[in-house]
Formats: sequence, structure tokens, C-alpha cells
Amino acid sequence: MITLSHFIVLGAILFCIAVAGLFINRKNVIVLLMAIELMLLAVNINFVAFSRFGHDVAGQVFVFFILTVAAAESAIGLAILVLLFRNRSTVNVAEIDSMKG
Amino acid sequence: MIDPNLFQLVCFYAFGAVAVLSALAVISVRNSVHAVLSLVLTFFSVACIWMLAEAEFLAIALIVVYVGAVMVLFLFVVMMLDIDMEHLREGFVRFLPVGLVVAVVMLLEMLGLIGVRVMHAQTLGANPAGDSNTAWLGKALYSQYLLPFEIAALILTVGVVAAVALTLRQRQGVKHQRASQQVLVNPRDRVRVVKMAAERPADAAPAQEPQA
Repeated sequence: MITLSHFIVLGAILFCIAVAGLFINRKNVIVLLMAIELMLLAVNINFVAFSRFGHDVAGQVFVFFILTVAAAESAIGLAILVLLFRNRSTVNVAEIDSMKG
Repeated sequence: MIDPNLFQLVCFYAFGAVAVLSALAVISVRNSVHAVLSLVLTFFSVACIWMLAEAEFLAIALIVVYVGAVMVLFLFVVMMLDIDMEHLREGFVRFLPVGLVVAVVMLLEMLGLIGVRVMHAQTLGANPAGDSNTAWLGKALYSQYLLPFEIAALILTVGVVAAVALTLRQRQGVKHQRASQQVLVNPRDRVRVVKMAAERPADAAPAQEPQA
């Protein structure tokens, strides 16, 4: 029998993997963007689970909006990435320091 | 005959294991293209898990919108940019212990905080959506949440405009037609008819250059 804790634990594990990804791939912007997508996915699992077990449609509606905003965010993020690569020929976060005081 | 509840549980563990393993692959593989493909597998397994939670519309939307559009965009960008991967992985081993410690501690804290035992009492009851999950979601979306829905559409439009405006490049030194200016040209600006007195024949002119 699947219980609510199954979904919550899966969401927590995926979220922590994404956080670890942010730490160990801190130079590559593409992997950072993918880790953010993974985090949003983990949160969405929680929303779906609570919507299903709490008998409330609001959770699934919210997942819908998160998917929308995440799609817009990744489109703009990738556009910025392409622009960055065109101007600096690198996606290394350590080398993008022109605003450093 | 296999118990349907047990079958559901087995499916959940299978899809969950695939999701976790492919998420680990996303953050650890050397090649960015492989990372994107692993992320696609993660999204797909999570869509299957949503299917088990009877959120069919969102599961299909995740596959169609995310795997079909957003991840393909990722793949397109990763393949288009010629990225020097070896240089980017320099800090990988150095930050690995930090990342692992933070992730494990955070996971333990989360599991302690949410109280797995309490949640364990909640089992999958009757589906609140009734027959159709899509109808349930659609009725809420188009009545109660109509304004946020329209705002979401606006956000997508702004996102498209911003992405195009960011990557649009005005290249220097390229010759191209300007149709509007061509149409607006007045013929009198180009050809001028000048009335003048008749000239004398050339031999009557006194100033001839001497032959060398």
C-alpha cells in the first residue's frame, strides 16, 4: 500500500540530490540549471502527493503553475547562457566575475 | 493472482529507484549531453509515479511539455555550445565531500522534521477526482483559478519575448534592403532635370590642352 510518506521521502531524496549537485558542479552553469529543474520536480512531487492524499485540487493546480513558470525560467536562463557563451566563450561560473567590486 | 496494492508498491519502488539513480547520474556524469538525457529519464520516472498517484493530466503534461519541449531545448543548447568539460570539472572532487555532507544532513533533517511515521498512517484512499482527473483539474483551473491561469499565459508570453530579445543579434557590416525606405523614395530626389543655355561647339573653345 502506497502511503503519503513514500512520496514525501522520494521528494526529499530528489531535493537533496539536487542540492548536492549545486555544490559539486559549481562551475558549470548548465548543470546548475539542471539541478534547479530537479529541485522544482522534487517540490512538485510533494504537491501532487498532498493534493491526492488531502483531497484538494489546489495542489495540482499549483503544480501546473510551477511547470509554467519553470518552463519560462529555463527558456530565459538558456537564452542568457547562450548570450554569455557568445560574449565570453565560457560557461564557467568562476570566470564570470566582471561585476566583482 | 497478485494483490493490486502490492503491485502498486512494487511499481512505486521501481520507478522511484530509477528516478533517484538517474538524478544521481544528472549531477555526476562527465558529459553534459548524458546529464540532460538522465534528466529526461528522471522526469519520465517521476511522471510514472504521478500516474500511480492518479494525477494523470499532470503526468502527461510533464512528459509532453517538459520532456518534449524544455529538455529538448536544454539538449539543443548543450549540443550547440562547444563546452570544454575537462576544465569545468576541476572542483568536482574537492567539493564532493561538502556536497555529500550537506545533502545527507539535509535529508536526515527533512525526514526527522516531516515525521515519516505519522505520514505512514495515510494510505491512498478514494480518488478525490472521481472519474476524470483532467475534468477535476480543468473545472478548478477555469473557474476558481482563472486569473492566475491568465497570468501564467502572460508570463509565458513575456518569457518568449525576453528569450528572443536576449538572443537577437544585430550583426555589423551586413548589407540588406530597407523596403520601407525604398517605397518612400521620391523620384525628384534621384533625377534632377536642369534647364541651361546651349553650349558652344568644342572647337570654338580657346583653352585646348597642348599635345605632349
